[in-house]
Amino acid sequence: MILVVLENQRGKIHPFSIESVVAGQKIAKSLNQPLSIVCVGDNIDNIHESAKQFECNELILASHPLLKTYSADGFSKIMIDLIKSYSPKYCIFGHSYMVRDYVPRVSANLSIPFISDITSINLSSQNIQFSKQVFNAKLLSRIENESTNGCLLSFQSAAFSSDELLQGAPKKVTNFEINLNDSDIRSTTEEEFQESSSGVDLSTAELIVSVGRGIDNQDNIPIAEDLAKALGAELASSRPVVDMGWLPPFRQIGSSGQTVSPKLYFALGISGAIQHVVGMKGSKNIIAINKDEEAPIFEIADYAVIGDLLEIVPLLTEELRKR
Amino acid sequence: MKIAVLTKAIPSYESLIRIDTSSKWIDDSLVNYVVNESDAYALEEALKIKESLADDSEVVVVSMGSEDKCSKIIKDGLAKGADRAILIDSQEKISDPLSIATLISDCIKDEQFDLVFSGLQSDDLGSGQVGVLLGEKLKMSTATLAIETQIQPSAIRVKRELESGWFQWLTIPLPASISIQSGINNPRYPSLKGIMGARNKEVAKHNSNQFSNNQLQSMVELYIPSNEKQAEKIEGDSKSVASRILEILKNDLRVIQ
Ligand SMILES: Cc1cc2nc3c(=O)[nH]c(=O)nc-3n(C[C@H](O)[C@H](O)[C@H](O)COP(=O)(O)OP(=O)(O)OC[C@H]3O[C@@H](n4cnc5c(N)ncnc54)[C@H](O)[C@@H]3O)c2cc1C
Ligand SMILES: Nc1ncnc2c1ncn2[C@@H]1O[C@H](COP(=O)(O)O)[C@@H](O)[C@H]1O
Repeated sequence: MILVVLENQRGKIHPFSIESVVAGQKIAKSLNQPLSIVCVGDNIDNIHESAKQFECNELILASHPLLKTYSADGFSKIMIDLIKSYSPKYCIFGHSYMVRDYVPRVSANLSIPFISDITSINLSSQNIQFSKQVFNAKLLSRIENESTNGCLLSFQSAAFSSDELLQGAPKKVTNFEINLNDSDIRSTTEEEFQESSSGVDLSTAELIVSVGRGIDNQDNIPIAEDLAKALGAELASSRPVVDMGWLPPFRQIGSSGQTVSPKLYFALGISGAIQHVVGMKGSKNIIAINKDEEAPIFEIADYAVIGDLLEIVPLLTEELRKR
Repeated sequence: MKIAVLTKAIPSYESLIRIDTSSKWIDDSLVNYVVNESDAYALEEALKIKESLADDSEVVVVSMGSEDKCSKIIKDGLAKGADRAILIDSQEKISDPLSIATLISDCIKDEQFDLVFSGLQSDDLGSGQVGVLLGEKLKMSTATLAIETQIQPSAIRVKRELESGWFQWLTIPLPASISIQSGINNPRYPSLKGIMGARNKEVAKHNSNQFSNNQLQSMVELYIPSNEKQAEKIEGDSKSVASRILEILKNDLRVIQ
């Protein structure tokens, strides 16, 4: 069988999980295997209700009060028990932060491989091949499962489109008996919280000038600021620029920052790692300036400017100011 | 407190990445190896904890890979203030994270570390798993994506980054394996005194070939991504490039008058 695990994100099915259902439906069909979908958590009524719309053979409900708040100990124990009793050929997750946190524990405990952060699959090869980004997104790697005891998979966002979800209804609904004690959970967790943003909402910006590590040092930041000003654009950045303290965190775009879809995204010295790209790939137009002709950002750019941003951008700003 | 810090040697950002003739790995001769970015933050966090405790705490750098690639980053870690290092020499190119974690676990399990710090993800293979896998192998509690840590008696309180701007504090008992998110601190540079002192520090060498290594997932081929969009390529002298961009902004995108 193929097993897909749904993640409960504050009362809703995590969007990555819906894409992983699509992955599960396709893999199950290609291998001619039954598909089961499992809802894990405490208050799973909401996600159970939504999951009833997905075409699959079985919907499994794995609910327990001790799963009310997420813990790596609790969730990995349940997954280990589920896998032991169902022995799925593939167990599929969305590549969320929660999955990053506990699924490796399942892999190490059961000695089965976890192929993580997959961006595409090749179902037509004899052994399914999974592709993921390696070497700073400059290359892709095709990976095969070598284990006969099952395999864990996690899919990066947009590896599959939720538009292709097959609607239907599970043929049966099963309750999974959970054995979990207080003593299994070693962690104590506090409430989730959001840090106050400064009121800058980049998600509605029409024009964004975004700066990456290619700007080289803090003293060069005004080069990007001046371009943004001349264009009437918002200033944004990649993660390392924030990590190094060159710009404040609320300007960060990407999986741990903001998601934007402006009319123009001007990427200056940004390589195009997947964690950045997920935050800006919805942009209508992308102009990227990078001195490396092979930078992955050029795969999604509409205009690929190959050159030194430290030379080009000041010239461009000057031209803009002349108008 | 005994703290292990996993540090991996990876190709620098500027390195030329070319697939080698086997098409399963890159041409190493073109590559300059440096420490993985988040591992540098992990090391700094460990050094800060050691300094704040001001007792006989120990920070041990652990690196697996071929000696020629790892020795530079190990020296650098010792120069920054780590007390000693463990080098797990592996000539073979192992890409399966569970194999990597198993080999590291076999070499360090007798050390009884209180804490293992790792980076959240390696920039070359990027499985984002080795720290957690190792934690499970060593029966430790685990946490990932830490952006702040507070040491308590026999526990550690960690601020975790969740998705889209959410955070959470959690407390886990020691021993624990924790992956560190970049940006948690400001990694130091080695001092001249540190560089001199590093020469006398111990580097224990293990040979990974003495341990079993059965890869459960294998990298069968590396390949170059294809472009999703057919981008207009703009190159030439900076002045003409800037003029072309101006035209695009005006005529194609109409974002300026
Ligand atoms: C769980 C997780 C979450 C993450 N979240 C985020 C996130 O939210 N946002 C994010 O951005 N990253 C995130 N990252 C980090 C991400 O993987 C990359 O490391 C990061 O996006 C790289 O930033 P960069 O492109 O600015 O730097 P680099 O990858 O170092 O790229 C710099 C680029 O600048 C070019 N360059 C250098 N000099 C010049 C010049 N003079 N002119 C023109 N070009 C030049 C280089 O060719 C290179 O392509 C996350 C990683 C993980 C594992
Ligand atoms: N060969 C290695 N040697 C030392 N540490 C490693 C090695 N591989 C992975 N790690 C550690 O595990 C983290 C996650 O790596 P990965 O699972 O490959 O993304 C890295 O940031 C390192 O801290």
